[in-house]
Amino acid sequence: MAKSKIKIRAKIKKGACEVKALMKHPMETGQRKNKKTGKKIPAHFIQEVTCTHGGNTVLTAEWGGAISTNPYLSFIFDGAKKGDTITLGWLDNKGGKDSTTAKIK
Amino acid sequence: MSTDTKRRLFLKGTLAGSAVALAAGAGLLNPSQVLAAWPKSAFEAKDLSKAMMGIAGTDTAAGSTDIIIKAPDIAENGAVVPVKVDARKMSGVSSIAILAEKNPTPLIANFKLGKSTQAFVSTRIKMGKTSNVIAVVTAGGAVTSARKEVKVTIGGCGG
Repeated sequence: MAKSKIKIRAKIKKGACEVKALMKHPMETGQRKNKKTGKKIPAHFIQEVTCTHGGNTVLTAEWGGAISTNPYLSFIFDGAKKGDTITLGWLDNKGGKDSTTAKIK
Repeated sequence: MSTDTKRRLFLKGTLAGSAVALAAGAGLLNPSQVLAAWPKSAFEAKDLSKAMMGIAGTDTAAGSTDIIIKAPDIAENGAVVPVKVDARKMSGVSSIAILAEKNPTPLIANFKLGKSTQAFVSTRIKMGKTSNVIAVVTAGGAVTSARKEVKVTIGGCGG
């Protein structure tokens, strides 16, 4: 697999798995203008983020360009234990994608 | 190579292979299948009512004190406004949406939760100007919401 640009931490806290992820992505809304040319910078943002654990989809996030650049995401799910693997991936509006796996600590 | 080293290499290879299989199985390596599901009209809606309709199926949602929005009263940088939505007092929450009332396109995110996922999300959003941040929570078919005003000093939409 190509090296992922997603930083992820999955930790068991109070019996549940807390996931914190930081993704590298410009998240262009499509409204910003190039100051030199005056033309709008085309929209380029993550549209969907999916996290799976044990074959189940734990979270599906549908995003627009108004999520901040280099998105941060955190959520908590039950039914996991230390040593389990989770997978987190995203797809953007230009067909770009990235994904990574992490062991729950 | 010793048997042990061979065994370790074999196991490593198997694990790597299965991780890819898992990702492929989960549809993470298949853009077209997933992109078709992105709710375009909801995300492109320019007014709050249409945006809410697009993701929650209704444009009216009773306010609920069980939804806690944690966001700064004043955001110094509208491009990075940290927002946490905690609806864990409610049961059966299937989705949480975040909207910024006065953004050019109010819908910012929609989080669909798995059965064992807690009703809590934390992320950072862009806000164009001072506005209400609205959380719309769907639980067992019922849609409720909460709002919190966030004052923005420097707008985050780059306009």
